[in-house]
Amino acid sequence: MSRSTVGTIDWLTVLLFLLLVGFGWLNIYSASYGDEQFSITDLSKPYIKQLYWIGLSVVIIVITQAIETKFYERFAGLIYVISLVSLLGLFLFGKNVNGATSWYSFGPVGLQPSEFAKAATALAIAKFLSDMQTNINRINHQLRAFLIIALPALFIIPQPDPGSALVYAAFFFPLYREGLAAMYLIIGASAAALFILTLLFSPLWVVLGIALAMTLLLIKNRKQKPKYSRYLLAIIVITGFCFSVNYIFNNVFEQRHRDRFNIVLGKEVDSRGIGYNTNQSQIAIGSGGWVGKGWKEGTQTKGGFVPEQHTDYIFSTVGEEWGFLGATTVVILFVGLLIRLLYLAERQKTQFSRVYGYSVVGILFIHFVINVGMVTGLLPTVGIPLPFFSYGGSGLWGFTLLLFIFIKLDANRVNEW
Amino acid sequence: MRKLLLYLIIITTGVVFIGRLFYLQIYNTSFAALSEDNAIKVLYDYPQRGAIYDRNGKLLVTNQPSYDVMVIPRELKPFDTLEFCSILKITKEKLNKQLKKARIYSPRVPSVVIPQLTKDEYAYLQEKMRKFDGFYIQKRSLRDYHTENAANVLGYIAEVNDGLIKKDPYYLSGDLIGMQGVEKQYENELRGIKGIKRIQKDRFNRDIGPYKNGKYDTLPVNGKDLTITIDEELQAYGQKLMVNKRGGIVALDPSTGEILTLITAPNYKPELLVGRKRSPNYTRLHYDSISRPLFDRGVKGEYPPGSPFKAITALIALQEGVVDQRESFFCSHGFRYGKKAKLGCHAHASPLSMIPGIAQSCNAYFANVYLRSINKFDTPQEGIDNWVKHVKSFGLGNYLGNDLSSGSKGLVPNSNYYNRKYNYPKYKWYSTATISNAIGQGEISATPIQLANMTAAIANRGYFYTPHIIKAVDGQPIDIENFTKPKYTTIDKEHFEPVIEGMHQVYVQGTANALQIKDIEICGKTGTAENFTIINGKRTQLTDHSVFVAFAPKDNPKIALTVFIENGYWGSRYAGKIASLMIEKYIKGTISRTDLEDWVLTHSLEEEYAKPYSGEPFKINQ
Repeated sequence: MSRSTVGTIDWLTVLLFLLLVGFGWLNIYSASYGDEQFSITDLSKPYIKQLYWIGLSVVIIVITQAIETKFYERFAGLIYVISLVSLLGLFLFGKNVNGATSWYSFGPVGLQPSEFAKAATALAIAKFLSDMQTNINRINHQLRAFLIIALPALFIIPQPDPGSALVYAAFFFPLYREGLAAMYLIIGASAAALFILTLLFSPLWVVLGIALAMTLLLIKNRKQKPKYSRYLLAIIVITGFCFSVNYIFNNVFEQRHRDRFNIVLGKEVDSRGIGYNTNQSQIAIGSGGWVGKGWKEGTQTKGGFVPEQHTDYIFSTVGEEWGFLGATTVVILFVGLLIRLLYLAERQKTQFSRVYGYSVVGILFIHFVINVGMVTGLLPTVGIPLPFFSYGGSGLWGFTLLLFIFIKLDANRVNEW
Repeated sequence: MRKLLLYLIIITTGVVFIGRLFYLQIYNTSFAALSEDNAIKVLYDYPQRGAIYDRNGKLLVTNQPSYDVMVIPRELKPFDTLEFCSILKITKEKLNKQLKKARIYSPRVPSVVIPQLTKDEYAYLQEKMRKFDGFYIQKRSLRDYHTENAANVLGYIAEVNDGLIKKDPYYLSGDLIGMQGVEKQYENELRGIKGIKRIQKDRFNRDIGPYKNGKYDTLPVNGKDLTITIDEELQAYGQKLMVNKRGGIVALDPSTGEILTLITAPNYKPELLVGRKRSPNYTRLHYDSISRPLFDRGVKGEYPPGSPFKAITALIALQEGVVDQRESFFCSHGFRYGKKAKLGCHAHASPLSMIPGIAQSCNAYFANVYLRSINKFDTPQEGIDNWVKHVKSFGLGNYLGNDLSSGSKGLVPNSNYYNRKYNYPKYKWYSTATISNAIGQGEISATPIQLANMTAAIANRGYFYTPHIIKAVDGQPIDIENFTKPKYTTIDKEHFEPVIEGMHQVYVQGTANALQIKDIEICGKTGTAENFTIINGKRTQLTDHSVFVAFAPKDNPKIALTVFIENGYWGSRYAGKIASLMIEKYIKGTISRTDLEDWVLTHSLEEEYAKPYSGEPFKINQ
């Protein structure tokens, strides 16, 4: 690491990172300690393991900073291919944990390649978009970009880990920033709206409603010679979409997935206790009040009522023990980190670095939204970790790698050309 | 705009989240009240496991209550371990071991300390329970058997092991799960769904009523009752006949594929594997490596089928058009197919055509027609593979796809098998190298249930229903396509008549003429299968297995069965007699030939089975 690089590292970002990891660990400790003595060699305790993971992530940080910036750009494709192979390898050598084959097992340590695939995909998409030849408004280039993003997601879905695959939607942000037509944004948002409408009402009603609205619009605009064929096409596409959503929801989704959606949409009274996790997590957060019950004093946390509290539900511990002030602080820390990163991304001089930066922001943002949304009961249950906060070696390393590659790119921006 | 969009989204999200937190933590006070020393006790309400009935509605299996002593390690307080151990009749070491195991499993989740107390032990403990904080009693139900038979069919239930708990989150420590037979195969139907009750506790750890007024509670759903295809009376009778013999009886209803009996001998009473005595009993049965009572010979035992297989040889020859039923073949005490190679045969009239050939079980006849079926093709490889196609269509050489929890494939050797065996193409081999197949000897092997199914296919003149054990679930007859749709063999219907007539003649004038039953036209085939074992590293021949397949009545058959008696010598000596008695019992309900019955009941093969273990030279086939 040369002195000039150290001097140009964005220390504000590093500080935010350290605050999140440190505060995260305090909460993991609270959520997973029992009555035992603190013993640094007791590897059966998550909070001890997490300490080791944090220590090892320092090694990752040093390595990312020691590597030449050019390396990331030059080998982006290779890194991407390697990560695809490691995802495919799971089908052969993966270890089944809790019904999902997402892990390689090396003795006591498990590695989850999907956590690293995000960084690899970000590098690949940055490399692709920064290529002089690439024009994001040409259809076949859009398809290629889409392929780069979709491949890892497709390999992750059947593990099955649909939550981790969902994260790849984050790459919409860099694409949009680099000039992808706004139409895609509109289509994407409409598709999401239609999806929810279709689940709330039957597809037939949705289609009839939209057809009615369109007809009214047509009648209103009839003097401007509207293109009837386009209206017709739109109706056909919408009809197809609504009915296939209905079909997929009822025939491809599993019952537990359906339940999660139905509970959040208020369609189903939760009498079978499926929303138990979220309900318990809301009670934990809600009982925190203004300042919380104090570190290690959370009765909900100690009672072990929230399942998976040290991993995906760690935010509920924050809410209970640190109250509204603590939880809001965490939200502000995340928002601050994301905005800082966005600012850094914008100041990059190369397109590669900028696209990569936007990808980092997008990925962290999606994790943040889905996780906190789930824990506070705003979104359906999708099991993905809160970056830097949740327990888990692969997750922490994956996010650290993702972030510090960008810090390195940013630190080196003045040296380029 | 492109630069600003993401800023906007991020900030909006932050504001929404902070608003939501404000709502949950400040505005809405119900959550705080709820968590006021919120502690919830989870109770499981175990449903009744489904009962099992036989085909005639006779109750075979129900439930009896049993009680597990459970512990929640972190609620333990110091207690009088000596008293506790003496009540439960366990050692202190055992208690400590169990508590340590429970603590490792989870300090918060209940674990079993002592499983499956009887009612009396429970009554005694119940009075003293209040002295032992952290312990409580979980009621479950154990199996209660109303039959001493069919243990191999019914299977048993046992506590789930750690592996299963990890694999399926439905199961918790101490839960019971079907481990074999019907209990395993139909676990999901039988077990029902356990109910969950969440009890809210106050900060003194007292119950204060259902959590959230029972909003998250679920009611247990009772398991479904099963009706199985077994005829308990016939099963019991068969097991009685099999005392002091080893082997299996499989009887099917050819018109449906329902398994009427599935007997393995020696066997054990199902009640041996219930509750706390299950473990030592199981160990004892498991380590009996000589008579192997846990080995279900009816479905897992692979034996050379022997002469019953000749019916298939005849059918294939007819289908391939290489012989007609009138053509006769000479037999000079066997069939000579090389300078020194001869397939021996017993003394009988010669020459014979197909029907008397089957009746007399003439080896030479079947060697001839078998070779023609193979030699019809240019190469022996093609010939064998065509032959394998026909044989496999009778359900041999592969799992039947039935609903029994275990089974074996058997073996029907194809051209690859012989190529490997004779190191083709370095050395060539000819059809005569496979000639033992003609008479069901040599490499070919099958399980008794496969032979019974083969017999059913013959009885039906060309098709069979996959054998199955399930008849109805909760009184609703099953509708499983695999079991209700006939599977056709590759042999045309008209070729069955001469073969069936031959099998009928077996009873009229052939190898089983002493075993006829008045008023019932039986078709059968005897078999005497050579077999070998290894004693002190030396391949040694043992007394032949006695095999018999039969179906009756000849027209509109109601039962098809295989009887297989290990080392019972010739086919009609043991197997034929037992088959005849079983058919009479099933069709007529009573036994008229009590002398025959007495003979079977009083004859034992134990002496025969002891021979290879005696360490002394012995004679076979006596």
